[in-house]
Amino acid sequence: MNEMSPVPESRQDREAKLEGMGCRRKRVEDVRFTQGRGNYVDDLKLPGMLFGDFHRSSYAHARIKSIDTSKARALPGVVAVLTAADLKPLKLDWMPTLAGDVQAVLAGDKVLFQNQEIAFIVATDRYIAADAADLVEVEYEELPVLVDPFKAMLPDAPILREDIADKTEGAHGQRRHPNHIFTWEIGDREATDLAFRNAAVATKHLIPYQRVHPCPLETCQSVASFDKIKGELTLWGTFQAPHVVRTVASILSSIPEHKIHVIAPDIGGGFGNKVGVYPGYVCSIVASIVTGKPVKWVEDRMENLSTTAFARDYHMTAEIAATPQGKVTGLRVHVLADHGAFDACADPSKWPAGFFNIVTGSYDFPVAHVSVDGVYTNKAPGGVAYRCSFRVTEAAYCIERAMDILAAKLGLDPAELRLRNLIKREQFPYLSALGWEYDSGDYHAALNKALDAVSYPALRAEQKAMQAAFQRGETRQLMGIGVSFFTEIVGAGPSKNCDILGIAMFDSAEIRIHPTGAVIARMGTKSQGQAHETTYAQIIASEIGIPAADIMIEEGNTDTAPYGLGTYGSRSTPTAGAATAMACRKIKAKAQMIAAHLLEVHHDDVEFDIDRFVVKGMPDRFKTMKDISWAAYHAPPPGLEPGLEAVSYYDPPNMTFPFGAYICVMDIDVDTGVCTTRRFYALDDCGTRINPMIIEGQVHGGLTEAFAIAMGQEIVYDEIGNVQGASLMDFFLPTAVETPVWETGFTTTPSPHHPIGAKGVGESPNVGGVPAFSNAVNDAFTFLGSQHIAMPHDPWRVWKAAEALGLQG
Amino acid sequence: MKKSPVSMTINGQPVEELVEPRTLLIHFLREQLNLTGAHIGCETSHCGACTIDLDGKSVKSCTIFTLQAEGAHIRTIEGMAAADGTLHALQEAFREKHGLQCGYCTPGMILRAWRLLQENPDPTDAEIRFGIAGNLCRCTGYQNIVAAIKHAAILMAGAQQKEAAE
Repeated sequence: MNEMSPVPESRQDREAKLEGMGCRRKRVEDVRFTQGRGNYVDDLKLPGMLFGDFHRSSYAHARIKSIDTSKARALPGVVAVLTAADLKPLKLDWMPTLAGDVQAVLAGDKVLFQNQEIAFIVATDRYIAADAADLVEVEYEELPVLVDPFKAMLPDAPILREDIADKTEGAHGQRRHPNHIFTWEIGDREATDLAFRNAAVATKHLIPYQRVHPCPLETCQSVASFDKIKGELTLWGTFQAPHVVRTVASILSSIPEHKIHVIAPDIGGGFGNKVGVYPGYVCSIVASIVTGKPVKWVEDRMENLSTTAFARDYHMTAEIAATPQGKVTGLRVHVLADHGAFDACADPSKWPAGFFNIVTGSYDFPVAHVSVDGVYTNKAPGGVAYRCSFRVTEAAYCIERAMDILAAKLGLDPAELRLRNLIKREQFPYLSALGWEYDSGDYHAALNKALDAVSYPALRAEQKAMQAAFQRGETRQLMGIGVSFFTEIVGAGPSKNCDILGIAMFDSAEIRIHPTGAVIARMGTKSQGQAHETTYAQIIASEIGIPAADIMIEEGNTDTAPYGLGTYGSRSTPTAGAATAMACRKIKAKAQMIAAHLLEVHHDDVEFDIDRFVVKGMPDRFKTMKDISWAAYHAPPPGLEPGLEAVSYYDPPNMTFPFGAYICVMDIDVDTGVCTTRRFYALDDCGTRINPMIIEGQVHGGLTEAFAIAMGQEIVYDEIGNVQGASLMDFFLPTAVETPVWETGFTTTPSPHHPIGAKGVGESPNVGGVPAFSNAVNDAFTFLGSQHIAMPHDPWRVWKAAEALGLQG
Repeated sequence: MKKSPVSMTINGQPVEELVEPRTLLIHFLREQLNLTGAHIGCETSHCGACTIDLDGKSVKSCTIFTLQAEGAHIRTIEGMAAADGTLHALQEAFREKHGLQCGYCTPGMILRAWRLLQENPDPTDAEIRFGIAGNLCRCTGYQNIVAAIKHAAILMAGAQQKEAAE
C-alpha cells in the first residue's frame, strides 16, 4: 500500500492537499449561494402553509380600550386572528426575555412602543394577511410618552410598565423608580474617587452612542408546523442560537423538548438581530397549534427596523484622571442605558450591561469604576450586540473617544498618549482594574506597525499645514486622523462567568470519521455568513490529517447537532472551534492506537505527521488516516471499540481578547459637512489565523458596518415616540459608492488557553472601526477647541458642528 | 381575487400562468414558479436582493407587477449556469474572490453585475461601484465584490477571444 509508493509525496504537497489551517481555502457555501440554491426560511414551502402578519400599534404609549377583529375575520382567506385575549389562557400573552424581564407577545391592556404587536392575522396568503391586518380596529386612549432616557427617572415621569410598577427588586437588583430597570456597578469606587481627587489632570465628557439597528439583509422569519397526532412541533427560523430557541420554546409551550425540532437553515446575515426570541416566532407557533397547519411569519423591513432588536442607545459619561505626563491613573464611567419598553437585551444572564467592564480598553488603568443604569422608555425593546460582543463596541467607543479628549487636553498626540499607556507585552496575562484577565497581546508592536503602515508622522505634518492654510482662509478643507486601539473580549464563555437562562455558555462539536475516511462533523453554533462549513473543516483537516474536501460540516438542526449556545459575540471560533480541536484530539488518540496495532509497534513508538502516523525514526513505515479510518471499522485492535468518532463539549477557561490598531484618514469639506475617507488601515490580531481570506472578508464587512454606524446610522424617534428611521430610505446602509477601500494588516499573538490559539475576528472591525471613524472626524476639529462631536457624522451634523465652532461665516 | 393570464420567457423557457393582478413579480417568481434565488430584503426597491434581468435591464422585481412583465424575456440567477451545470464566469469569480458571505444579496448582485458587464465589458473600479450602487450588501464591504466583477470581466473577455479564435 502506501509503504510501497515509488515516489513519496513531499511533505508540502501532503500539507497543501489538506487545505488546513492558514490556507485561503475557497468557500464550500459559495457553490450553492452563487447559484441561488441557498435554503433560507422564506424559501420554505409546506403543503397547506398559512401566512401570518401583525396589526401593530400606531401609538408609542396608549391604553387599549378595545380591539375589534370582526372585519379582519370576515375577509375571505383569513383563517384566524389572535389577540392577547387568545394567548392569555395559554399563558403565552407574555414571554420571558433573556435579560430576566418579561415582554408582551401581543399587547393586551396597553401599548408601550410604536409598531408593537397587537394582533396576529393568519391567512391563506401573505397579501390577504396584510389586507386583514389593516382591518383590525383598535381604540386607544393616548398616554404621555417617554422618549428621553434622561427624563425616565424624574418624579413625574409617566410610568410605563404598570405590570411591574410596584416591584422594587428586578432581575438585577434594586429598582429606584418604576422606570428603572437596574443599576450595575463594578470596580473600586473609593480608590477611583481617590485617584480623581489626587489627579493633576482630569477630563469628563458625555459620550453618547446613538440607537442603531443590525439590519441584516434577510429579516427575521419563521415557519412553525405542529403535528397534532405526534404532538410534535417543527420550527424553522432565523436563529443565531437554535438550541436555546428550542429550550425556550419548550419552557414556554410546555411541549417536551424532544418533541420540538428547531432548524436554522441558511441565514441571510445576523449581526445580533437573530439572537433573541420575538413575538413573531411565538405567534407562528401558536397559530400552527390553533389552525393545525404550518404557519409562516416574515417580517418586512419596516417591522425589522422598528421592532426587533435595536442596538446601543448608551449615554456614557467618561472621566479620566492622569498625570501631566499623560499617564492615566483612573477611569470613571457612568452609563445611562435606554432599553426601550422591555428589557430584552441579549446578554449572558448575569451581565445586564454585557461586558461593558472592558471599558478600560487596552490601557493600564490602576483603578476604575463603572456604573450603568438601565431605564425603560417608549421605544422598541432590544439592546443586542450588533456585530460585537456584548456592549463591547460601546465600551471601546467610550474609552477611545475619552483618550482622544485627554490627549487634546494634555496637548499630546493621540498615538503618543496611547503608546504611553498601552498594556506592555510582559504584563500578560493582565488582570484589568475591572476584573478581566486579558490572555495575550503585543499592543505596542501592533500600534507601531499600524503607524508605520500609514506613515503617521507625515500625515500629521500634512494636517498641520492644512490647518494653517485653513486659518489663513486659503482652504475650506480639513483633515482628520483617527487612531483607535481596541481590545475585544469574545468567546462567551466560561461557565464561571456566563450562562443564558441558567445554561452555561459552552459549545460543542461532534465528529465522525466514516470507513472511507470521509468526515461528518456537527457543531452547536450557527453560521450566518461566517463560512463555518469551510473553516471548521480546516481545523479538522489540520488536526487529524484528512483533506477538508472530505469533511462535511453541519449546523442548525437541533435534532442532529450537539447542544450549543449559537453564534454571536465572535464566540464560534473560541468555543465550538476549540471543541472541534478537542474532539479531533480524542479521535487522534484512538487513531494512534489503531495505527500502532496495524504497524505492530507500541503506541508510544508512533507519531503523527500531517496526514498519517509514522513509526518514530522510520518515515517509510506509516499508516495514513485513510488506512486508519478503514481499520477502525474493519479490524479494530483487540479491546478497542470499533468506530472513529468523538464529541467535545468545551467550557473555555477564559474569554479570548483579540485586539487591533486602526487608523482612519478623513478629508472634511467644512462648507458641506461631507466627510470623505481617504484611507483606512486596519491591523487585527485575532491569534492563530484559520483562513486569511475569510478573516479579510470579515474585516471588510465589519469595517463597513462601523462606517455605517459612525457616519450615518440612527434610529430616530420624535417627541411622541414615532419611529422616524425605519426604512432603507432613512436608515443608512452604505452602497459600494460611499464605502471606503479597506487596507488590512495583521500581527499574530496566539491565545495561550485556546487549543489552536485562535481568538475570533468577526466583530473586531466593528468594535475598533467606529471609534477610528469618529476620532477622525473629531480630530479634524480638535485644533479649533472642539472636545466631542457626537455620532452619527452625517454631512448635516458635521456642518452643524462646524457652525457651532463659528466656521460657517 | 380574479386571476389574469400572463406569459413570458424565463431563463429561455416559455411560462404561461394565471396570476392575481396585484401579484408582484418577486412573489410570482418565488412562490408560483419556485425560483427562490432572488430574495426579498426591503420591498421598497432599495436593497436590490430581488434584482433580475428583464428585457435587457436590471429590474428590482419587488416593485413591478407580474402583469407588467407580460411578454418579457427574464433572466434569473437560476438561468446563469450553463445547461450542463458549468458555472457562469461571474459565479466562478464571486467564489474565487470571496465576493459573498451570507449569500442573500448574491443572486441579485450577480444579475446586476452581468448586465453591467454587458454594457461595459471592461469597467474600472469606480464604474463597478457606481454600477452596483442599487444593490446592498451587509457582509462583504463590497471590496471583494468589486474584485470579483473585475475578475469575471477578464474571464468573460478571455472566453470571447477564445470563441472568436475558434
